[in-house]
Amino acid sequence: MTLTDQAHSRGFPAKVRRVWALVRKETYQIGRDSSSIAIGVVLPVLLILLFGYGLSLDVRHVPLAVVLEDASPEARELAAGFQLSPYFDVQLLTSMPHAQELMLARQVDGIVRIRPDFARRLSLGDAEVQVLVHGTDANHARIIQGYAQGAVSQWAARQTAEGREVAPGPVVLRERLWFNEANESHYFLVPGLIVLIMTLIGATLTALVMAREWERGTLEALFVTPVRADEILLGKTIPYFMLGMVGLALCLLSARFLFHVPFRGSVLVLTGTSMLYLLVVLSIGLLISSAVQSQLVASQVALLVTFMPAVMLSGFLFDLRSMPALVRLITYALPARYYVTLLQTVFLAGDVWGVLLPNAAVLASMAAVLLLLTRGMTRKRLT
Amino acid sequence: MFDAIRRILALTRKELLAVLKDPRSRFSLLVPPILQCLIFGYAATYDLNDVPYAVLDQDRSAASSALLARLDGSGVFHRVATLSWVGDIQTVIDQRHALLVIQIPQDFERQLLAGQPADVQVIADGRNSNTAGTAIGYVGTIIAAFNADWQQTHGQRGPPIHVATRAWYNPNLETRWNMIPGLIGTLTMLQTLLLAAMSVAREREQGTFDQLLVTPFRPVEIMAGKALPSMLVGTVQATTILLVAQLWFRIPFAGSFVILYAGLSLFLLAAVGIGLLVSSVATTMQQAMLFSFVLVMPFTLLSGLTTPLSSMPKVLQDITLANPLRYAIDIVQRVYLEGASLSLLLPDLWPLAAIAAVTLAAAAWMFRHRLT
Repeated sequence: MTLTDQAHSRGFPAKVRRVWALVRKETYQIGRDSSSIAIGVVLPVLLILLFGYGLSLDVRHVPLAVVLEDASPEARELAAGFQLSPYFDVQLLTSMPHAQELMLARQVDGIVRIRPDFARRLSLGDAEVQVLVHGTDANHARIIQGYAQGAVSQWAARQTAEGREVAPGPVVLRERLWFNEANESHYFLVPGLIVLIMTLIGATLTALVMAREWERGTLEALFVTPVRADEILLGKTIPYFMLGMVGLALCLLSARFLFHVPFRGSVLVLTGTSMLYLLVVLSIGLLISSAVQSQLVASQVALLVTFMPAVMLSGFLFDLRSMPALVRLITYALPARYYVTLLQTVFLAGDVWGVLLPNAAVLASMAAVLLLLTRGMTRKRLT
Repeated sequence: MFDAIRRILALTRKELLAVLKDPRSRFSLLVPPILQCLIFGYAATYDLNDVPYAVLDQDRSAASSALLARLDGSGVFHRVATLSWVGDIQTVIDQRHALLVIQIPQDFERQLLAGQPADVQVIADGRNSNTAGTAIGYVGTIIAAFNADWQQTHGQRGPPIHVATRAWYNPNLETRWNMIPGLIGTLTMLQTLLLAAMSVAREREQGTFDQLLVTPFRPVEIMAGKALPSMLVGTVQATTILLVAQLWFRIPFAGSFVILYAGLSLFLLAAVGIGLLVSSVATTMQQAMLFSFVLVMPFTLLSGLTTPLSSMPKVLQDITLANPLRYAIDIVQRVYLEGASLSLLLPDLWPLAAIAAVTLAAAAWMFRHRLT
């Protein structure tokens, strides 16, 4: 006995039966359409694997040239300090021009230069170590500078421990990174990934599929059946909503079991807020498709209005606090911003209601407004 | 030979007309790249210029206020709260009011005056560990400056080693300087690849491809006629972004335009090759569009633009060797920022040529295979 038959036998109202029929039709359509499979399944899995395994902002194994112009034991020990550091893959050289050549060819990302008078000046108390970094990737370069500084301080600390007069600075910085003690960038990249996947399925796929129906006129064909506009909308949204939830489950499972990202909040909160976000992007996708009614333009607009901002302007990769005021103002209009905040908090910090409630409230009101707008627009277009 | 060129040019003209006659596609060729370039230029930065922080000063001494004054005067840090007990730290971080909390312990000044190392604790919100790391780095710099000053004014011996750092090609280490030149490759790739794929798919879907076949064009000429307009559009887009980088963001251009455009044409050729390969597999415009999209996404993510290539696992680094965008970004950034010469760029140029040769040959084979 299928569910439809059950619906029959229990005498469900005709409305529910019609919506159910549409949902079934749409589900078959998703399953048989290569484009839906590509965006709804292939791309999310690809993104999960790439973000989980591949992309990382952590700097490890930086190719580094250490130019040892001084043969004294102190200088050698300092060079060994760089060789021991897990952050650097050191090439020990003795000539600066050689190191510069390597840097020009991008075979090393930085040069540490220990000058000939290092040991002598060290005994006088004003030794200098020169650190040159390749600035073409600014972020990477800054991290390398920091690590180089760290390697030098560790060397200084070892010297002190061995009784030599090399004191650290008077004020010592002790740092603690809450929520991410190990300083793993995939702890925030993987939760951010959920935003990308939900946006992709919710907005881009929906816009594309609906635009195709408009383009081919199949929506008008549906209109001559006894199905009403509301029911068509419901029949369209439910399957994509389910697909989005499947994407969410996929992300959650892989975050937990493949990439071991800590999850400190409650799954219920996460599911609830994700549903809200999915509703928002679904209605944006529907709005775009009924506004432009062409597959090519709809997909471009969807990418530009939803996916791009989800990557760039949501705080997922780039911190919102660094953006100029005008750009920051724009981000307040973007649903992805609120969702990223929610995700990062639920994953890494836990159920902090002071953060969760206001952000969820914004998403809920966005969902309500957009859904009403979509309903009005589709009705007008159809009748 | 002359006839072949005339035929190719005629096809190129027809293709350009087909693309440019539609105002919507004219719009989608120029406006999104400019818009993206501006948004990326302003938004895509790992630099921090506003760090909200809170203070828990348990010492309340002259030394601790001198240190805090340095933070407040830096222009980057702004104090959102002054806490009075340890329990407040949790709230301020959890609720995201502050990115950092700086805790100065009770015996701070006493330790300093006694010549003992004094601890300053920094607690950072690691929800975005990259941002937090950068902010902690800034605190470190300020503390180092404070240390040097303190030692000088209190007659203590200065730090034994001074680390002098310098960054080549991007002295202030601004993310924008590497991001925008990187976009010249990234943004043009999508459009060029898509355009090449769509131009064939459109003819297929509308059935005009068969008509093209009964004309005196040879398959190679058809391919050339499809490749040329996409490359032209790509070049125009690249130039637009280049202009935005120079005229709007004022990023100094260190290299030679000849080398830049030579590298770009090789890259565009590779992109067109991939596009044509896609179109030989796809039967409809929609499929062509989707395949291109599914391809461009990993190309972009694995290009080294947003996350460094050297941080990827070895296997993935090997995979990126087949990614034309990886080489294009390297070429553009190095010509733009370093003024790299042709011989230095050789390790980037020959893989691009190889990718172009393989994809174009494969596409040509697929065409002939399908056509006859």
